Amino acid sequence: MHLPDLNIIWFLLVGILFTGYAILDGFDFGVGILHLFVKKDEDRRFLLNSIGPVWDGNEVWLVTGGGALFAAFPGAYATVFSGFYDAFMLLLAALIFRAVSIEFRSKEPGRFWRQAWDIAFSVASFLAALLIGIAMGNITRGIPLDPQGDFVGTFIGLLNPYSLLLGVTVVALFAMHGAIFLVLKTEGELQATIKGWVPKLIAVFLALFIVFNIATLFECPDLVAVMLTRPYGFIVLALDILAALSIGFMTARGYEFGSFLMSSLTMVLLMAVLGLSYFPHMVISMPDPGNSLTIYNCASSQKTLGYMLIIAIIGVPIVLAYTVSIYWIFRGKTRLGHVGY
Amino acid sequence: MSVEILSRIQFALTISFHFLYPPMTIGLGMLLVLMEGLYLKTKNPLFHQLAHFWTRVFGLIFSIGVATGLVMEFEFGTNWAAYSRFVGDIFGSALAAEGIFAFFLESGFLALLLFGWDKVGPKTHFFATCMVCLGSHFSAIWILIANSWMQTPAGFHLERTAGDVHSRLPEGYIVQASDLGHVRAVVDNFWGMIANPSSLDRICHVVFGAWLVGAFLVMSISAWYLLNGKHLKFAKTSMTIAVCFAAFTTILQSISADSTARGVVRNQPIKLASIEGVYETHDYTPMTLFGWVDTKKQTVHGPQIPALLSFLCFHNFKQPVQGLLSMPSDEFLAARNPGLSKEKLAEIRPNYWPAVGAVFQTYHLMIAIGSAVFGLSFLALTLLWRGWLFRADNPLIRGLLWIYVFAVIAPQLCMQAGWFTAEMGRQPWIVYNMLKTSDGLSRAVHAHQVVFSIILFALIYTLLFITFIYLLNRKIQHGPDDDEGHHTKASGPIDGDIFTKKGRASE
Ligand code: HDD
Ligand code: HEM
Ligand code: HEM
Repeated sequence: MHLPDLNIIWFLLVGILFTGYAILDGFDFGVGILHLFVKKDEDRRFLLNSIGPVWDGNEVWLVTGGGALFAAFPGAYATVFSGFYDAFMLLLAALIFRAVSIEFRSKEPGRFWRQAWDIAFSVASFLAALLIGIAMGNITRGIPLDPQGDFVGTFIGLLNPYSLLLGVTVVALFAMHGAIFLVLKTEGELQATIKGWVPKLIAVFLALFIVFNIATLFECPDLVAVMLTRPYGFIVLALDILAALSIGFMTARGYEFGSFLMSSLTMVLLMAVLGLSYFPHMVISMPDPGNSLTIYNCASSQKTLGYMLIIAIIGVPIVLAYTVSIYWIFRGKTRLGHVGY
Repeated sequence: MSVEILSRIQFALTISFHFLYPPMTIGLGMLLVLMEGLYLKTKNPLFHQLAHFWTRVFGLIFSIGVATGLVMEFEFGTNWAAYSRFVGDIFGSALAAEGIFAFFLESGFLALLLFGWDKVGPKTHFFATCMVCLGSHFSAIWILIANSWMQTPAGFHLERTAGDVHSRLPEGYIVQASDLGHVRAVVDNFWGMIANPSSLDRICHVVFGAWLVGAFLVMSISAWYLLNGKHLKFAKTSMTIAVCFAAFTTILQSISADSTARGVVRNQPIKLASIEGVYETHDYTPMTLFGWVDTKKQTVHGPQIPALLSFLCFHNFKQPVQGLLSMPSDEFLAARNPGLSKEKLAEIRPNYWPAVGAVFQTYHLMIAIGSAVFGLSFLALTLLWRGWLFRADNPLIRGLLWIYVFAVIAPQLCMQAGWFTAEMGRQPWIVYNMLKTSDGLSRAVHAHQVVFSIILFALIYTLLFITFIYLLNRKIQHGPDDDEGHHTKASGPIDGDIFTKKGRASE
């Protein structure tokens, strides 16, 4: 055995950060996507209050994931963000609206005011989920790169059916995840309504997910070929589908927290399958695989990767400790009218 | 317009807007710690009320800081891809460290600060406030380290990549046009990168500036209550704390400003000559108080104090400040542009200067308004000490209080003008003396895309700004929940005026 390869460690760590982001902000987006389907003003305030204390911390996973990607694989950071320019600008706009509508909405009683921010919140959450899915779809499928690693495709090219399919799948996934989170956080009538949605959302997600997997067989033969050399990947995939099925089971049995954990596990396994079929690539170049970025040709120096690992080893346990304590303090059902700020 | 100009406009627009909020977060955070600390110590419910009201204002500011900060995090990748590849090895780690050490801390404990009043005890709440404040300072520190490295790079070497082979370039190697895309900066020494020659000065200067912004914000709103005869006890106490804090910070800021300026003399002499408009090199260099730069004739017009600039730069009246006409040196120019004649080199020299007229003005604006900020802080302290500051029935004091109401923009202007000086003064470099801004762009991005995103951000930010002002105004109108308000939060008797002699005498 030689020393652990820092590039591989950072591939994992960046993956973990983005997975953490998907799980945590995923339920925020889900709550947003469902927001307009809840009609009463009071219920909408419930929804917002349920994520009020935590959404900002959840978004920091994205910020830190972006920072870690920049630090560990600057080539991939530069290629992806400049290549998906228009899509990212829209995503940023969506995230801005998401953030401020949560803060602004309940500050004024006017009907117009509240409706405007309700719509902003919901549309922004939907758009963000869709764009994240589309971006992932393109990464999975591969994008056209030149020998310098710069994107040479077009925005319209990014909106291909395969990526759109993943976009819609991610919307369904987040909506399902958000609903399950809300079941945990609400009571009474509102909870009953949302409970009614959960099985339907699970069904929609599972259907899309299966279609997506079939589409992948046709769209990404290279990834499938890689997977065939790593057969344990199929076990992970099978576990993933099992996890998704068990969400339905647990919800039916009333294990609220269990179904939330299963829904999170579904995302973890989903990312794991993607990682297994993708490794050691960071960005696959599509018509011309020779220009692909791997964890070796777009990485920072070993020294930086080492320093960053030290930072992570010091920082991450501290972050986890107080994040868990804060979730603990705000555990349980959301209440209205407690002294906010 | 070129992608370069457009990307610069977009960066300037988005960062300047973002940077309206962090200084308020940082400064107000310090004051919140003071207020809650005083509450824990004295158990006087008045301080609780203070902390509660200012927390509400804090929450509003913070949310916009977060929403606009996210844009900044990704803008390096979207608009400055070549730059990101060049500096990623160094710059990225500072940004990642900011996420782990600062943003998680801030956002996590913010939940407790805003929503935890009745979920946790006062001591835990105070701890959360301290952590949020600390987090916002960490954030400033890391981002300033990153930015200072771009101004005064250190702790690195250059590396050339050909295929899989990385070769180390000698120290002092001067990057040429043909190196672009193959050369990058690689860290040698992490500590050297962090403690680069300008980071400490600039961290202090910006953080103290932010404290002044927070203090003036509190002073402004309190002065308005005093003028309107509302929430008097609350306003007097807030004002007292803020004025003391502002005066204290003023002292720190003067020391730091002097040190920052002398740092620029050492590290970026071209920037210094530009902000002062010095072209020729003379003994007893004078300082221009205000005026304008004639870039054609290469002179400055305006009242000057002889030898003052020499003195401020070197603490010595005689030593000359080097003028632009001899910078950058012939050797540097020749190394960057191999094969050019001496005359040709002299001709292209001005391409290596920033926009002298603009940085001269932004710098002098900072100094002028900064001096006014210092003056106002000490005036307020003196009046407070003499017991005159709260006599809103006196027309002179009324006039002065109105000035404090509007003075909230003064430190904000200083902050913006200061950054424009520092950043425009760095031009044409994105990484000083190594990478030109025009070479740092994303090649995958076209002008129409940037036009689209500028319009997008301009619209969103206008909407945000209007909503922010509207909501802030509502919060001010609503006021603290004191005895004059609708519901009294605190139970015990509220005694105001606890600082002033007058107040104590009248109880
Ligand atoms: C002097 C301080 C300072 C400066 C120069 C900057 N920021 Fe900032 N930033 C802060 C001080 C700050 C802060 C005080 O920490 C904020 C403001 C409100 C807040 O939530 O945190 C913040 C928020 C904030 C956030 C949101 C964090 C969250 O979700 O909680 C991001 C991603 C950034 N910033 C990124 C940047 C980048 C990439 C910058 C440079 C180009 C930058 N900031 C300049
Ligand atoms: C928060 C306060 C800041 C303000 C007000 C500010 C202001 C500006 C302005 C006005 C410009 C445009 C300069 C020009 O076009 O001539 C600019 C450019 C730039 N700044 Fe800053 N800046 C700030 C912080 C930072 C930080 C912290 C960084 C890096 C960590 C940074 C990196 C850059 C880059 C990459 C550009 C674009 C290239 C350039 O035009 O130089 N800035 N900034
Ligand atoms: C009146 C005395 C002051 C002097 C002599 C002074 C000096 C300077 C100098 C020389 C710079 C350029 C640093 C660089 O390019 O790296 C600078 C930048 C700056 N100044 Fe000031 N300053 C003064 C007051 C203030 C005040 C009162 C504020 C804010 C309230 C302020 C905020 C800033 C900011 C935000 C920057 C940009 C960041 C930096 O480069 O440090 N300044 N100042």
